[in-house]
Amino acid sequence: MKKNRILTIVTYAFLTFWALVVLFPFYWMALTSVKDYGAYNAEHIPKFFTLSPTLQNYADAFTTVPLGRYLLNTLVFTAGTTALMLVVITLSAFAFARLQFAGRDLVFTLFLALMMIPGELVVITNFATITNLELRNTFTGLILPSVTSVFYIYLLRENFAQIPDELYYAAKVDGTSDFRYLRRVMIPICRPTLVTITILKIIECWNSYVWPRLITDDANYYLVSNGIQEIRENGFGRANIPAMMAAVVVISLPLILLFLLFRRQIMSGIARGGTKG
Amino acid sequence: MTRLRDSGFHLKLTDHNSYMQKLCKSDICRLFPDLYKRFGMESLMEKQNNKGWLYLLPAILFLGAFLIYPLIDVFIYSFEEGYNSASQTFYGIGGYNYSYVLHDAYFLQALKNTFILVIITVPLSTGLALLISVALSSIKPLQELFQTVFFLPYVTNTLAVGLVFMILFKKTPYSDGLVNLLIHCFGGSSVDFIEGPYWAKMFVLCFYTVWVVMPFKILILTSALAGVNPVYYNAARVDGTGRIRMFLKITLPMISPMLFYLVITGFIGAFKAYSDAVALFGTNLNAAGMNTIVGYVYDMLYRDSGGYPSYASAAAIILFSIVLTITCINLLVSKKHVHYH
Repeated sequence: MKKNRILTIVTYAFLTFWALVVLFPFYWMALTSVKDYGAYNAEHIPKFFTLSPTLQNYADAFTTVPLGRYLLNTLVFTAGTTALMLVVITLSAFAFARLQFAGRDLVFTLFLALMMIPGELVVITNFATITNLELRNTFTGLILPSVTSVFYIYLLRENFAQIPDELYYAAKVDGTSDFRYLRRVMIPICRPTLVTITILKIIECWNSYVWPRLITDDANYYLVSNGIQEIRENGFGRANIPAMMAAVVVISLPLILLFLLFRRQIMSGIARGGTKG
Repeated sequence: MTRLRDSGFHLKLTDHNSYMQKLCKSDICRLFPDLYKRFGMESLMEKQNNKGWLYLLPAILFLGAFLIYPLIDVFIYSFEEGYNSASQTFYGIGGYNYSYVLHDAYFLQALKNTFILVIITVPLSTGLALLISVALSSIKPLQELFQTVFFLPYVTNTLAVGLVFMILFKKTPYSDGLVNLLIHCFGGSSVDFIEGPYWAKMFVLCFYTVWVVMPFKILILTSALAGVNPVYYNAARVDGTGRIRMFLKITLPMISPMLFYLVITGFIGAFKAYSDAVALFGTNLNAAGMNTIVGYVYDMLYRDSGGYPSYASAAAIILFSIVLTITCINLLVSKKHVHYH
């Protein structure tokens, strides 16, 4: 019994240690963001708390650099990409799961094969395509290449396929059209999967960095990832770390809130086949 | 209504989808016995038509334009010598782009950085994730809280949180930074991790990469561990098997497919490392000596040295030949050691 107790203590100590490693950067970012600029620079040895928190840095983050603009851009980009993607993948998943047509299974297999193509390989030509269409520094150029995801089509198709055929036959007897059936029956039944896909896509859009960086060089179209890089390199001047941290908090907060709200959907969705790293 | 309810077909459905409840297979059989016998439901209802293609059209257009065409095009680019993106002309076809890239000092530096990053972070993060997941699944109280906390880095913006890491590790004229403070406590001398010696920078990059990839691995391994049938453990316990032996002989083989999946995706992900490095060292990675292969590709495409899609293509193709080779080796190794059930 005594051996077991020690093991339990060691286990908890280990888990607490890793929790601290994970949480500490968040704590530090929140702490620094409320430290006074002068006080921060006067600290030769960084302090672990502050007795005089200030919101001045947040005001600076929104006035000195166009952080509000970056947030708005990201919001437009995320909403546009996610909405378009949902339409495209729902239609395809419906075709694959429910409709009958020559060549369906072959096309589905080809779609699955497309999942293996790494994004880094196709970025080069997409960059050229968007540049040639003169769509750089536009939302269209930002959004277009990422409105389809074969993986989400696959995920949704699997879910659609679980709906019993009898419902479809019943709807057909009633003279319901395919599209109406998709809208009134399949989408409501598969809402949980659609919600999960939506959230995962939102996270992906909010954090996307490479494509927006290639396609925008006008700060009016920067997303938050590029914005924060811009802030770091020529924003407040390199020394105003507290204001920089305030911007980081503002950028991180929406996703953290989203995560806390939809924790279960996000984690089960990613366990089913998301990737990162 | 009762007849319909008893038709042996139950679904948990809300009332507003009214017609779903109206007719079921058995009802149709009863109403049209001849029809059903003659053709069966399938042929009665499932008309073959080409409307399906209409539904697929948007996806096919987008995938064709932004995935299939670029995939073919990147190979063509990589063999076009002296391509000029302004006039869109080139003067020859051959392997010069590849040889240029392979002799470019920046590419070799990027190759070295990426390999070091992969070799350090993949085993380290997978092992650590396994340890954490095992610990996590052995406790009851606070399990969910720990799970939630451990998952947080997944939903954060890599670029934004990278700045926090930079500040923690950076040495400025005002302050040595928090990590150096820690080093002082243990009697070491301070190092500038962001603009200092190569190994210090590599350490921060590896540390941040591991921090970023851990949530995914912990999540996958925890659900794999939860999926192991407790019957095996109970049987082993009856036999008086020790903890370590149980882990080696039951747990590890049972979760080996998932562990292997993580190793493969880990390799692929680490080879594509880029934004972590940008977050820590800024966009000019060549100057910092911390560029990665993907970073090299993007720098060739765009940025100060940019405008060379041919070199970028060649570098990208080299990267994915490496990734493909390593994945194949992984698959071969796994055949011997992974137990699929």
